[in-house]
Amino acid sequence: MTRVAAVGAGMTLFRRRLQETPKELCWEASRMALDNAGLTLADVDMVVSGSAPDAFDGVHMKGEYYSDGCGTYGRPYMRVFTGGGTGVFSTIAGYWHVASGMADCVLVVNEEKMSPCQPHAQSVFGHIWDPILDRPLKPNLVWIFAMEMNRYMTTYGIKKEDIARVAVKNKRNAVGHPCAQLPDPNITVEDVLNSEVMAWPVQRLDISPPSDGAAAVVFASDDFIRKHKIRDKAWVSGVGWCIDSTMWTDRDLVFPEYVARASKMAYKQAKIDNPPKQIDFAEPYDPFDYKELHHMEGLLLAKKGQAPTLTREGVTQRDGDLPTCPSGGLLGVGNPIAATMGIKIGELFWQLTGQAGKRQIPNEVHTGVAQAWGDLMQYGSVVVMKA
Amino acid sequence: MSLRVGIIGVGMTAFRPSTPEYSWKELMYEGATRAYADAGIDPRVDVGSFITCAEDYYEGFGIFDEFVPDQIGAALRPTCTVCGDGLHGLATAYMQIRAGLVDVAVVEAHSKASDIENLTGIVEHGIDPIWNRPLGAHPYMFAGLEAQAYLRATHTPATALAAVVAKNRRNGLLNPLAAYGAQVDEAQAAAAAECFTPLRALDLSEPADVCVALVVASERATKKHHANPVWIRGVGWANDSPTLESRRFGEAWYAELASRMAFRQAKVQRPASQVDLVEADDRFSFKELQHLEAMGLAKPGEAGRRALKGDYAMDGKLPVNASGGSLGCGNAFEATGLHRAAEVVLQLRGEAGRHQVDGAATGIAQSWRFVPSTSGAVAVLGVGR
Repeated sequence: MTRVAAVGAGMTLFRRRLQETPKELCWEASRMALDNAGLTLADVDMVVSGSAPDAFDGVHMKGEYYSDGCGTYGRPYMRVFTGGGTGVFSTIAGYWHVASGMADCVLVVNEEKMSPCQPHAQSVFGHIWDPILDRPLKPNLVWIFAMEMNRYMTTYGIKKEDIARVAVKNKRNAVGHPCAQLPDPNITVEDVLNSEVMAWPVQRLDISPPSDGAAAVVFASDDFIRKHKIRDKAWVSGVGWCIDSTMWTDRDLVFPEYVARASKMAYKQAKIDNPPKQIDFAEPYDPFDYKELHHMEGLLLAKKGQAPTLTREGVTQRDGDLPTCPSGGLLGVGNPIAATMGIKIGELFWQLTGQAGKRQIPNEVHTGVAQAWGDLMQYGSVVVMKA
Repeated sequence: MSLRVGIIGVGMTAFRPSTPEYSWKELMYEGATRAYADAGIDPRVDVGSFITCAEDYYEGFGIFDEFVPDQIGAALRPTCTVCGDGLHGLATAYMQIRAGLVDVAVVEAHSKASDIENLTGIVEHGIDPIWNRPLGAHPYMFAGLEAQAYLRATHTPATALAAVVAKNRRNGLLNPLAAYGAQVDEAQAAAAAECFTPLRALDLSEPADVCVALVVASERATKKHHANPVWIRGVGWANDSPTLESRRFGEAWYAELASRMAFRQAKVQRPASQVDLVEADDRFSFKELQHLEAMGLAKPGEAGRRALKGDYAMDGKLPVNASGGSLGCGNAFEATGLHRAAEVVLQLRGEAGRHQVDGAATGIAQSWRFVPSTSGAVAVLGVGR
């Protein structure tokens, strides 16, 4: 079986509003990833892209619209879309392009431009609900995540302070990230607890910001890597993905079973049977601070209800036993939905190849896991990478 | 490890101009259930991956992927959306299986176009918002311009378009699933109202509701399920420039690239003599001819003259769109290519009923992602060995 590795990654600034068009964002990220890999577009056989709702960019079939920015001209090109899960899922699609033997070198480009959406990107989320059962209630995302957060807190008796620690850790971690939108070296738990209440228990600093941005990662086969004498590589050793039922009101919101199933699929392929021991660092999806905790449990890195304890004890700090979101995560770097690939898959690549600069984990790392979450609180995509 | 991948189940609903009695979920349920019954599998046990081909704006949702799992049996299973034509989904299943990730994958695509209040507005929303949308043109105008470029460059007579329309609408009459089968002759097609010159009213396919699902399996799984598979010999997909100003107008370069990729895998060196039947995208009549030439099944300028001679009729030298195509069945949007693959599978199994082509062993399904894209895919399907 063909082995597949990431060989280069790039990402644009993550900002509330960027002047560049979607095509230009894609081009910038693609160029950076190819430069990072020491390759040119001529080396690329196929292109995969990931992007979430077309309504953000405001173009129908936006994957076609921005495609030339990703280098698709005259190439096989495929866009995948699993809501927020796309941030990691497009890598899985890139993986099967190479592992199937169809391509030797694939460029994966994720883009999201949320700012064209007026007055706020939230208005797109008005259209993600069941038109008969949900929409008449006029729900928004903060509203249902507040329910999920509340359920998580109530079930395990978790205090808000312990959840706020995640926001503090990630926004501080982001200080070393050149693309970060909301880094803050001085933020405290009190700042989070005193921020504006959006929908209790969610407060402003519990949430990642809407952002514009793009990210790209180059994946190649072991043959290609040998032929091109590529030194910096991180092997994709396991992939998993899973969707839960659309009917979120019928689901147990306290544990992300879909993430657990996706991670078991990925761990099986990566021959991991004791994740907390065998995984050196994690990049779980953290659009809200409680989601990092939720996802650590889904990734089987913490027992149910125990992730806040690990955070309080400093285990998830960059110099802890299980560094979690060393990139700064979505809370610190920004949340251009699919383009968060740069802080999930990109971070895995940079950490495993020692290119993370100020964010480099001080302990030696060999195995990392990245995860994204999406759709209606129902999608888990998981990738395990090894040095 | 064997790398052969086959199609072991086909499920289709009937094409209908509208389906007020069905929600899109019910449409998907019916298509998927038929495919599972055809393959003799239980989706909750036997399927490793589910793939849906859909685009948000057609569906009327912010994130359509959310609404996929329950009605096709995919809850708590590996599932994803490919924003592409159904053949892109088929290629995805093919890659997942060859990568060893799963043994059985299901590909689903559908159209519930009758739910779309302003279909033209949606298609128009795909036009470049900075350079082209301000022109205020109807999006089909770009198809008209391309048709003009094609006819001029290849010296194809406009009467050839009428021949395609008449053939496909009549073929549709023989396909019980088709929505737009009709006794249309060349003279009627040529006299229809001018719309997007040189295209006339009958040169445009009309929207239809439909769901198509295919069950795709590794060779090992085909044996386990005692299936009689139709093999995917090759699959290719490619894009030309998305920019109207810089694409190869009139050439369908995407189809040329995609077919080359698929033929290479399928070891097809002389497509014109090695292929027994073709299901090619004909959402606009000229597209059928353009696509045949792009795939090397006819020389440039030859397809129109061969269409006029009747070579592409069901009993002609190379039957094209025996199903009725999009002109006869209806425009199924992202389900278009998957429907064509399903039709080829039925033909190769000898189960196509009144539109069966005799003795076909190798068939091609070809797709294009409709206006304004230059995205296309080709699958070469075959039976035996």
